[in-house]
Amino acid sequence: MTNNPHISIQHLGVQIGNHEILKDITINIPNKKVISIIGPSGCGKTTLLKSLNRLLDDTPDIKVTGKVLVDGEDIYDPKAEVTHIRQKMGLLSQRPYPLPMSIYDNVAYGPRIHGTRKKVDLDEIVETQLKATGLWNEVKDRLHAPATRLSIGQQQRLCLARGLAVEPEIILGDESTSALDPVSTSIIEDLFIRLKEKYTIVLVTHILRQARRVSDYIIFVYMGKIIEFGPTEEVLLSPKQELTKDYVKGFIS
Amino acid sequence: MIRRKIEENFFRILMVLATIVVAGSFFLIVGTIVYKGVPFMNWDMITKTPGGGFYIGKEGGVVNAIIGSLYVAGGATILGLLISIPVAIYINMYLAGRNIIANGLRIAFDVLFGIPSIVYGAFGFLIMVYFGIRASLLGGILAVTLLVIPILVRTLDEVIRTVPKELGDASLSLGATRWEMSKVIIRQIRPGVFTAILLSFGRAMGDVASVLFTAGFSDNIPTSLHQPAATLPVAIFFQLGSPVAEVQGRAYASALLLTIIVLIITVLSSVLAKRFSKNNIR
Repeated sequence: MTNNPHISIQHLGVQIGNHEILKDITINIPNKKVISIIGPSGCGKTTLLKSLNRLLDDTPDIKVTGKVLVDGEDIYDPKAEVTHIRQKMGLLSQRPYPLPMSIYDNVAYGPRIHGTRKKVDLDEIVETQLKATGLWNEVKDRLHAPATRLSIGQQQRLCLARGLAVEPEIILGDESTSALDPVSTSIIEDLFIRLKEKYTIVLVTHILRQARRVSDYIIFVYMGKIIEFGPTEEVLLSPKQELTKDYVKGFIS
Repeated sequence: MIRRKIEENFFRILMVLATIVVAGSFFLIVGTIVYKGVPFMNWDMITKTPGGGFYIGKEGGVVNAIIGSLYVAGGATILGLLISIPVAIYINMYLAGRNIIANGLRIAFDVLFGIPSIVYGAFGFLIMVYFGIRASLLGGILAVTLLVIPILVRTLDEVIRTVPKELGDASLSLGATRWEMSKVIIRQIRPGVFTAILLSFGRAMGDVASVLFTAGFSDNIPTSLHQPAATLPVAIFFQLGSPVAEVQGRAYASALLLTIIVLIITVLSSVLAKRFSKNNIR
């Protein structure tokens, strides 16, 4: 494991109302790897993911305890700058949600709000990121068409490009392929594998085959607790915990 | 089996009848104002102010009321939007985690929505007396603004609530501030804003009670905010009360004009809504 993890979670607990969603989560996320969070529905895997960029802030009656250190900075410190934290992480949601603007403006949105104004710079960012997600050749002739004209798989890649344009260190994926067809899914999966050279990627998935295909490490969460964390092959093929064994074999779902 | 068939038919007939009543009254209303108004419709009606003796059937028109109504409804809608858009965004984007306050505000606006317009008129009148403002265009616009704010806020609120939460999250997770996120939401709700404008304008155009005391009445086209202004509904109200047949006929012609103006606004706002929805996510 690396010495200075981007993300280090220490005794994180999340409570909504009287319901404890996450209990005492402590984990160091390895850098520049793909990490999949797996577990049955309702186990808290999405909550765990969203706690990493404070997207839970708006949930009513929420209480967060413990620390999430991103580059050594506790993001739940009241003094932490939330926009700065979120800029470090690109989020890819379950379904693509392009912003209601053109393809170009979608990618340029992040850089623009962070102060890049020159057209030359923006043009370059848009081209680079669309190439990084393999969209460039498909859309270069219609950059100013509405983003909603793209197919849903293309939209998801556009959302990824949009996230990369703010130069994050971490990519968060919340079941990012669940709305896509098999071809688009495998394009996105390949992108994840390629992008881990530069980014740390944390994915939530309920597809074990996908976790196996793309991830280096697996976190198995059950009832709000981390049951097992380790390299993919180890967790899936020779799990140490009974619960993990049951889940992997399909006894719990 | 028979019972179910009877029940099915009974309720189907009931629904058809109800639809006929609604559609029928629509055609009856439009038909009546067209039938009674068209004979009195002439170029003078929409180009001239009331001349001497207009109210006993002599020459003149209601252009003063047309312009007055457009001023009042336009002014109130613009002023109302400037206040309502921030309120609707605040309720949805900033109070998101505190539903008690947000829902309290929604109930408050629902109550305001249901208050009869004469109350707004009386309230506006009271404020004008307090500040020493005479019945004027300004007074009318302010009273009608109060009337349309609840309509605008609730319509915009409903529209904003249809925006998927993930769209806001998408912008937030790129490091946007709440205001920057709100701007994305505003882009998405632009077509809905036109619906809100339409509802507000229609209500503002047609309301008598709120402008009766606050805007006053004048035979001249107002040239400043401090002059009294005529409005179409008030003009209709006065003319209908006249015993002279000619004047009564003009009331229907005025009603027809009012309907036509609202129709134009309806078509215009739905065309604009369509144009602005091209980038929208669905």
